[in-house]
Amino acid sequence: MSARDLHGPGAPWGAATPGSKSNTDFKVVGRALRKLDGLSKATGAALYADDLQLPGMLHAKTLRSPHPHARVLRVDASRALALPGVLAVITGASMPIKYGVIPWTPDENALAVDKVRFIGDPVAAVAALDEDTANAALKLIEVEYQVLHAYLDPFEALVRHDPPIHEDRKEGNISKNVRLEFGAVDEALAGADVVVEDDYEFHGTTHAAIEPHCALASCSADGVLTLWSSTQITHYVHRALAKVLELPPHKIRVVQLNLGGAFGGKSDPFSLEFCVAKLALVTGRPVKMLWTREEVFYAHRGRHPMHLHYKSGATRDGKLTGVDAKILIDGGSYSSFGLVTTYYSGQLLTGPYHFPTYRFDSSRVFTNKPPCGPKRGHGSVQPRFAFEVQLDQLAERLALDPIEIRRRNFQGDFTRTVNGQRVTSNGFLQCLDAVERASGWKQRRGKLGRGRGLGVAGSMYISGTNYPVYPNEMPQAGIQLKLDRSGLVTVFTGGNDIGQGSNSMVAYVVAEELGLKLEQIRVVAADTDLCPVDLGAYSSRVTFMVGNAAIDACRKLRAQLVAAVAQKWACDERRVRLIDGLAIDIEDAARSMTSVEVFQLAESKFDTLGATGSYNTPKLGGDYRGGTIGASPAYSFTAHVVECEVDVETGRVSVVRAWIAHDCGRALNPMIVAGQMEGSAYMGLAEALLEHHQLNRFGLHSGPSLLDYRLPTSVDTPELHALIVESIDPEGPYGAKEAGEGPLHPSIPALSNAIHDALGIRLKHLPFTPGKVLAALRQEQALRPARPHAALDEGSR
Amino acid sequence: MTVFSFHINGDRVEVAAPDHWTLLEVLRYRLGLTGTKQGCDKGDCGACTVLVDGRPWLACLTLAKSVEGREITTIEGLMPAHRKSGGAGADPLQDAFDRCGALQCGFCQPGMILSARALLARNPRPTRVEIRHALSGNLCRCTGYTQIFEAVESAVAQACGTTTAARAWEAQRERACEREDTP
Repeated sequence: MSARDLHGPGAPWGAATPGSKSNTDFKVVGRALRKLDGLSKATGAALYADDLQLPGMLHAKTLRSPHPHARVLRVDASRALALPGVLAVITGASMPIKYGVIPWTPDENALAVDKVRFIGDPVAAVAALDEDTANAALKLIEVEYQVLHAYLDPFEALVRHDPPIHEDRKEGNISKNVRLEFGAVDEALAGADVVVEDDYEFHGTTHAAIEPHCALASCSADGVLTLWSSTQITHYVHRALAKVLELPPHKIRVVQLNLGGAFGGKSDPFSLEFCVAKLALVTGRPVKMLWTREEVFYAHRGRHPMHLHYKSGATRDGKLTGVDAKILIDGGSYSSFGLVTTYYSGQLLTGPYHFPTYRFDSSRVFTNKPPCGPKRGHGSVQPRFAFEVQLDQLAERLALDPIEIRRRNFQGDFTRTVNGQRVTSNGFLQCLDAVERASGWKQRRGKLGRGRGLGVAGSMYISGTNYPVYPNEMPQAGIQLKLDRSGLVTVFTGGNDIGQGSNSMVAYVVAEELGLKLEQIRVVAADTDLCPVDLGAYSSRVTFMVGNAAIDACRKLRAQLVAAVAQKWACDERRVRLIDGLAIDIEDAARSMTSVEVFQLAESKFDTLGATGSYNTPKLGGDYRGGTIGASPAYSFTAHVVECEVDVETGRVSVVRAWIAHDCGRALNPMIVAGQMEGSAYMGLAEALLEHHQLNRFGLHSGPSLLDYRLPTSVDTPELHALIVESIDPEGPYGAKEAGEGPLHPSIPALSNAIHDALGIRLKHLPFTPGKVLAALRQEQALRPARPHAALDEGSR
Repeated sequence: MTVFSFHINGDRVEVAAPDHWTLLEVLRYRLGLTGTKQGCDKGDCGACTVLVDGRPWLACLTLAKSVEGREITTIEGLMPAHRKSGGAGADPLQDAFDRCGALQCGFCQPGMILSARALLARNPRPTRVEIRHALSGNLCRCTGYTQIFEAVESAVAQACGTTTAARAWEAQRERACEREDTP
């Protein structure tokens, strides 16, 4: 039984009824507390993967393909091996077993076995005494390639299959196709009062975490391999290493130290993890590989470029009748999470609005580019952009306020989506209210003058999914607690804290449940030797699942602690409360005991104290193939209003400010939630205006650096106003849902819609560069007879 | 290989390193001062920012040799300096970053905090715009910068004995509570 069945969303000790929105019964939860690791990070003490140095450690470097698509005919490393200071060179032949994060699509090799599929694909790795020697050795490795036709255009890959990028695929260069239809879409669209049909385009973007990927491996004399890696999913790396290296998993330990940002970009098992492990096994010495910034751009796994065609119908009063989507996804060279991406591109659109009918047909194709994968808002940011712009087009045609059309289509809470997903708590209307009020929407929209505008968009996202990547019946999240007679509780969690604060979240839960001070809690995380399995930091699952597992473990221990105290005081257990480092008798203010005394009393009575807890999702999802992909125990909801300013002379768009309202269930720490919301909106707006993961016509990355790939600086980032909406989910830990990915989605369409409010132009192709703005302005002026107040005129297109 | 002589965080140290090594390499790989981070190794991200004679400096673009004899401060130097001057806990700016949630992954923050330190040294009461400009050489990918600005402002307010305005989410939650309390 999981924690979900044992507790409601209320405070563990309070008198408030379950579901209460009041925070007064919580002692820890709901407060803007510090993070567990904040000061260690602020003082530079926190260790990240590249901060480790082991005695005798070697440095490894990767030789990469200069061709986007080629057969590898011969690799000769003899000259490199002869270089003084070089200890080992490995090639594809050293690790021929294929892997992939999705077990159904293993199509990657740590080093190219027979082919390279993008410029930057790893071919060989060198371990040497120092980095300079390793780099020198790379130049001495001779590789003979037979260059093949390179696919850089996804439309070509869709129809041309010779030569295939992956020889063993049945469907040529198609990585995955999903076509699902719910209800009679064609009839619904035919019967609609208005129909809007349009094309949208999402360019590629990447994560650009400031910490480059790094891995360090060491092998003990008795054959235990330890890998310290900058991964956000230790468990999947563990499984992949065991497979590729053909080692029993218990002989492998994977540890994640502090992680310098991930955003989905450290979710796959990566070439460097296998390479350092293999090189450590070969040389008997610790081996480290730190990727350069350029290599991180090649490894990529960023947001897929998508070509999206949408057709939506609505009744005269603005109610959607049907939505029909056809999406072409440019997957790059490998599958990565692509199977899930393809499903998510359709499955996650069915809220917060009620779709009476819906169809999507998504195809992901392979191209000879760095592989795409999951980036914050995996698979659903692109369709959300297209659909939310289309919804504004519908509103325009119907002369409806854009917020009003969203209200009218609200699906409600405790409902089921058209594709069979169960929706529980849903605070979307409150999100719309919050951004409408805060932005002064009613007074200001359409009245800011030419060049300045407001736009709105909404979205929903998952809080974890019941699809555990590899099918199994075991818990998705596990927690282990150890109580010490010193008054310290050590929490062991496989959860990966990637900066989002999941270790702190676990500590808040434990402090709340066991009535402790935060300083009495230490968290040991993401070490496969020490911690119970958790599936890692992806799909916004950690707070929901690990939080629930922590409650589950705490409730077991709490029962023992309370029983020991009640026995000592010879009173009813209901009179005992654990609070703020004490046990108190709620009917006798004079009686109390410190938690140290409580722990010792309980240890005397029950022996060494500890407990485990776990979480698994209930059975969810539609009853059809793929119906569980995108099925989440709870969904978060978001609405944004973006205010932009466009210079009509230069076409330059700037965002002045953005209001972000997000329904995160209960905010376990509102300051951390706000940080996630602000960070999400910043990232989304940057994708809309500045960032472009772009390749040139040879398949070479156009600018693999943090200068050319334009991250916003502190000067470029607009004013961000985070508005937290707390719907209190019945199944989340204390009612919490996710906050890390959902708040990104509406940024991009809200900006497009704001530009429309400012100038009457629809930008449907990302990014919104000055050139596109000027072109749209020219087109708009050509189409429109000269009239005063043209920008305010509605319904002409 | 050369023996370099540095003045780092108040200590005089001598260290042998290859001639072409940068200050970043010497700090991280010879002195174990790994609080200074490498994000791009070409001066784009600012994660390697240290202070040289009190000014923000990109350690990845600085040959170690070129800063011999200069006063170098890394992130590890702030707390000891604060303690030496009679303070408790971490440096007030470090504490403010922690208090205000400015540290998510934390990777850019040593550089960010040092840039902010240098700003406050020359301008003890900066405006939001001045903070934005002073930190524009340090890329942060997690926070959207907002909580970083708030942290710097909080440290300034604390030093001046003033208070900062409620953050958007705080003000909104207060209003929500008021509405709930109204019958």
